[in-house]
Amino acid sequence: MATHIRHSAFFCALLLVALLVNAVRIQIFSARSFDDNPANRRATIARYERPRGNILVGGKSVTGSRDSGEQLRYERTYTDGPLYAPVTGFASQVYGTTLLEHTGDPVLAGTDPMLSPFPLVNDLTRAQGRGGNVVTTLNRAAQRAAYEGLDGRRGAVAAIEPATGRVLALVSSPSYDPAVLSGNAAATARSWARLNDDPDKPMLNRAVRQTYPPGSTFKVVTAAAALDAGVVLDIDRTTDSPDPYRLPGTATMLMNEGDGCEDAPLREAFAWSCNTVFAKLGVDVGARRMGAAAKAFGFNDTRLRIPFSVAPSTFDTHVDRAQLALSSIGQYNTRATPLQMAMVAAAVANAGQVRSPYLVERTTTGNGATMTTAGSRPVRQAMRPETADVMKQLMEDVVTDGTGTNAAIPGAIVGGKTGTAQHGVGNAGMPYAWFVSWAQSEREVMPRVAVAVVVEDASAERGDITGGGVAAPIAREVMQAVLKSSPADGS
Amino acid sequence: MTNAGPTVAQAGIPDAPAPVTRLPRRRGIELALIVVAVLLCVYGYCAVGLARNGTVPPGAAGYGAGLGLLALLAHCAVRLRAPYADPLLLPIGVLLNGIGLVLIHRLDLETPHDHAAPAQLVWSTLGVTLFTVLVLMLRDYRVLQRYAYVSVVAALFLLALPILFPAVNGARIWVRVAGFSIQPGEFAKVLLAVFFAAYLAANRSALAYTGRQVWRFRKVQLPTGRVLGPILAVWLLSVGVLVLERDLGTSLLFFGLFVVLLYVATGRTGWIAVGLLLATAGAVAVGWLEPHVNSRVQDWLHPFATIEAGQGASQVAQSLFAFAAGGVLGTGLGLGHAVLIGFATKSDFILATAGEELGLAGLSALFLLYGLLVERGYRAGLALREPFGRLLAVGLASIVALQVFVIAGGVTGLIPLTGMAMPFLAQGGSSLVTNWAIVALLVRVSHSARRHYDGEVAP
Repeated sequence: MATHIRHSAFFCALLLVALLVNAVRIQIFSARSFDDNPANRRATIARYERPRGNILVGGKSVTGSRDSGEQLRYERTYTDGPLYAPVTGFASQVYGTTLLEHTGDPVLAGTDPMLSPFPLVNDLTRAQGRGGNVVTTLNRAAQRAAYEGLDGRRGAVAAIEPATGRVLALVSSPSYDPAVLSGNAAATARSWARLNDDPDKPMLNRAVRQTYPPGSTFKVVTAAAALDAGVVLDIDRTTDSPDPYRLPGTATMLMNEGDGCEDAPLREAFAWSCNTVFAKLGVDVGARRMGAAAKAFGFNDTRLRIPFSVAPSTFDTHVDRAQLALSSIGQYNTRATPLQMAMVAAAVANAGQVRSPYLVERTTTGNGATMTTAGSRPVRQAMRPETADVMKQLMEDVVTDGTGTNAAIPGAIVGGKTGTAQHGVGNAGMPYAWFVSWAQSEREVMPRVAVAVVVEDASAERGDITGGGVAAPIAREVMQAVLKSSPADGS
Repeated sequence: MTNAGPTVAQAGIPDAPAPVTRLPRRRGIELALIVVAVLLCVYGYCAVGLARNGTVPPGAAGYGAGLGLLALLAHCAVRLRAPYADPLLLPIGVLLNGIGLVLIHRLDLETPHDHAAPAQLVWSTLGVTLFTVLVLMLRDYRVLQRYAYVSVVAALFLLALPILFPAVNGARIWVRVAGFSIQPGEFAKVLLAVFFAAYLAANRSALAYTGRQVWRFRKVQLPTGRVLGPILAVWLLSVGVLVLERDLGTSLLFFGLFVVLLYVATGRTGWIAVGLLLATAGAVAVGWLEPHVNSRVQDWLHPFATIEAGQGASQVAQSLFAFAAGGVLGTGLGLGHAVLIGFATKSDFILATAGEELGLAGLSALFLLYGLLVERGYRAGLALREPFGRLLAVGLASIVALQVFVIAGGVTGLIPLTGMAMPFLAQGGSSLVTNWAIVALLVRVSHSARRHYDGEVAP
């Protein structure tokens, strides 16, 4: 009998071993695949278990976290949500993340390996660090000035610091409060549907994700290309340009809004925005060199990240001469984001150099210790420095006695360029009002800010007056806000 | 080792009569182990509070004092009436019961409207009281042999009782009286073990030495029709339980228990062959025909089928997720999400909480504790000389072993899931009280076994 007791004891031992081996299988060898199973809610729960890190503007947080007391515990909150939505994006428990909430997610959610300096210890203790913070380059005053300037009209503003590429303002209007998308309640789904059905497309980030025909503001690029190429040697010498200008190879006559453009020197042609002169200049420069110049300013760049992606601005080089003429005055297939046009103004202001724009100054741990800094950004020479000097003069003239007088700021040197872009079938759509500019305090040696403003539903009559009348005052307020703040507290 | 007598002599243990030295009673060891067990449980209770609220929970002292008092009561009874008992049995019971209370308390935090820990504490008290009464009153376990047929009638009555009551969650195993729900099948386990042990002890010779050899196998000898009667009866009983009450786990347990005891009593491998054959036939037939059981088998074979079908994770899948989340060291008490399993998290699936929050380390420790409990039961059986005691000890230990395997294997995806309580850990008063009775009987049996060697007259 004892033998048989031992046998059955052995059988029990076998059962025990089977349980242990199986436990090793499911807890170690298959654990990863179980953890990654989409039906396993643990990863989602862990993600919302602690407050999310914050996005900082001017040293203050524009985000927060709210303890909902539910299974997915912390929900995102925003202070001045609509104001910063084109920068923060949203962080939703249902619809994922966008913009800085998306690109900064590893830091904000606390999963970035740099947040846990001792990974082995953390693996052992299962401790997960607090989320880190993302510190932006935005200037609070400039951002607010741009938002209030647009005042709910469809449009966008982008402002950058020419010397560094730091983005100082990034506004899209009309905007939305990303807080309504944070949770996972039924109301969230309703908000999502409402925002997506809104004809004004409040979730579209017009400053970086929407391209517009830049219209006359593109003449900055054309003028710089003509000067660099030696097509124009003296801005005060008359150009050989008819008015109206017959587009090469066609019977279409290109007109101007005003008079006095025939054979106008570059200075006058720029100040009064003569389409005929610049169309012909573009043709004289040639498609290849126009394309190279546009590329140097940042057009046709599909890889720009600030750190979220920016819709590529386009300048078509596979064109005939008539198309090139139109492209050179910012029509045809030429399209630009507001951010791209701010880069054009910044290139003029920064001795011809374009700094790649960026939004994140640095990332920090939850305690504020710096993890990464933006560092020096890649630089491109868009035009020769001498050309940039001439372009600065041309743009100053626009503000002192051209179409952009609305942008003048007492005590500051301001250069700008207005634009009115026609669009739609037969140019039937409301014209877009543009203004690109830079401003330099009289006490300083370098312009501190370059800005581009676009207003979609400029309800006034067509003409360059529109850009100067609608968009220039917004640009002025933004530039003034930047010039008023001391250079250090931009971040 | 073939027979009991020479085995003992070979092992060097002095045979009766009277040894020169007295065997140590080891009650001090038991007390020390109980203290360790209680401290471990209090530590776990505090860990839950610290993890959830950052403070030591206010009930920690009360919980520790209560558990300690119960354990002390049981210890005194053992010291008084079963001084030679195995010193590991009681501490293992205390530790497992205490851990179960901690886990249930921890899961209560997730379900604010459904607190199970207070009731479990009451049942623990009842269980320990029953343990104390059994240790004190049952001077000689062999009197149980006399009540073999009373036991089996009582067991059958208890098994049949729930048929009169409505089914709960697909299984007809509960009796609801005045707000209390009792699973009479749990008590039937011990009664059946007593009956099997007594019946087999009395009839083992007849069962062992009749029968005909088949196919000229030297060892495999099929039993004759006459002695096949009882095993067929038990098999029918198991299937009856299964079909009428849809309780796959209990029927598996009864059948496994009977096969083990039959083998131990007769030493005939033929019984195992017949047992396996009948078990396979029954399992296949039921798995095929009975939809409730069939769905369990499907869940076992394809735990993620419901996810692929877009219906969300099944309970087995959620249980596997919980174990996987635990990894080697676990998330820590109070920090897991085993509550995602949903229904029966505190009872059938309690092991998933242990696996997730204590990790493979904690889970292995629990398995080894059960293993140790079973091993001590078998050891008591080996040390005894008379067949009833041997079969009773082996039977009781096998109940624990089979039950742990069936439910732990079920929630870890090793075998199809069958509803059953994890001994001592799971929420459920009937199971808890029954397990305390099992430990009490093992304490009695082990006491008799060792006292025998200490020169006193065998009881």
